[in-house]
Amino acid sequence: MRSQLPTLQAGFRDAVHDSQAVFRTVMRAMSVPALPVSLSTNLAPPSPLIATAAAILITLADFETTVWLDAPLASSDAVCQFASFHTGARLVRDPCEAHFALASTPQSMPRLATLSQGTPDYPDRSSTLIVQVAGFGATGLAFAGPGIKTDRQFSFSGMPKGFEQQLTDNHAQFPRGVDIVLAASAHIAALPRSIRLASER
Amino acid sequence: MPGDGNEKQAPAAGTPADRQRLMRICSQASVAELSTALARLAPLPAIEVVRQPDVGLIMLRGRMGGDGAPFNAGEATMTRAVVRLASGELGFSYLLGRSLERARLAAIVDALGQSSRFRDRLEIVLVAPVMRRVHAQRSDRRAETAATRVQFFTLVRGED
Repeated sequence: MRSQLPTLQAGFRDAVHDSQAVFRTVMRAMSVPALPVSLSTNLAPPSPLIATAAAILITLADFETTVWLDAPLASSDAVCQFASFHTGARLVRDPCEAHFALASTPQSMPRLATLSQGTPDYPDRSSTLIVQVAGFGATGLAFAGPGIKTDRQFSFSGMPKGFEQQLTDNHAQFPRGVDIVLAASAHIAALPRSIRLASER
Repeated sequence: MPGDGNEKQAPAAGTPADRQRLMRICSQASVAELSTALARLAPLPAIEVVRQPDVGLIMLRGRMGGDGAPFNAGEATMTRAVVRLASGELGFSYLLGRSLERARLAAIVDALGQSSRFRDRLEIVLVAPVMRRVHAQRSDRRAETAATRVQFFTLVRGED
């Protein structure tokens, strides 16, 4: 009889330093919104989870947090095992209960309004949404706000319809709102709740 | 194993009871004993470390008198590791103490213990020597204690 987890993939080689490096990169991405920063990792997570998204999840989530996975991720036992083994986090069904929500593609990402928005007293209790994307573009939407000196053009492949409206609504309730981290194969970019579309002044 | 009275009740290789039994031996084994045992099993299959050994704290809980309300007695250091053999077996270890190497070796022992190729030989290279040492230490201590034993007598002096 073998163990119950024969497919389990390895986590960070050096848990302390690797997760510190990823955390530093996420901080950097948050401080320069809508600008891709490079993130390299040696993780080999089970498909459809990609390495950068897995690295962010393992770094940020721990046993005190809850994680929501979209349908393609949640239907893979290997992904669920990987996520719960390496983070210790509880997997939840309802996105509004999640501290971290992970979407395998932009098409399957939950509407921002369905995630936890935080409360006026505790805006930090909102969800952080991690979305796996194929790539980024330097044209598309123009963003403005803290961390952006002049308007910054940015887009990502497969941006869902009505995403601009969702971002506008998300920013309108500041300081409440959802933070978004987009993970491509070797880069990540962040759209924190503090930024707005340059068209709305 | 035939000819050994203790082995007749031994649970089948890879069952939870058998892994617990092997892990109890690991908890009593030193790093040297574990590494010697694994060296004698060579060549081992390729080993991938799924979770690098890391040190943490566990809360030890107690109950007054065994059935009172639970309370936190204190914390103990603990080291854990997870490895996988090339043949697919996953080995887990959680050991008291802070020896990273000992946790890694114990996880390898757990993985090997689930493989029919290695289970019987582990009995010879690890279980037997560790049991022998533990029993020897225990009987030494018993002998030392027995040597200082004081017999008390009450003598009736018949004074009244």
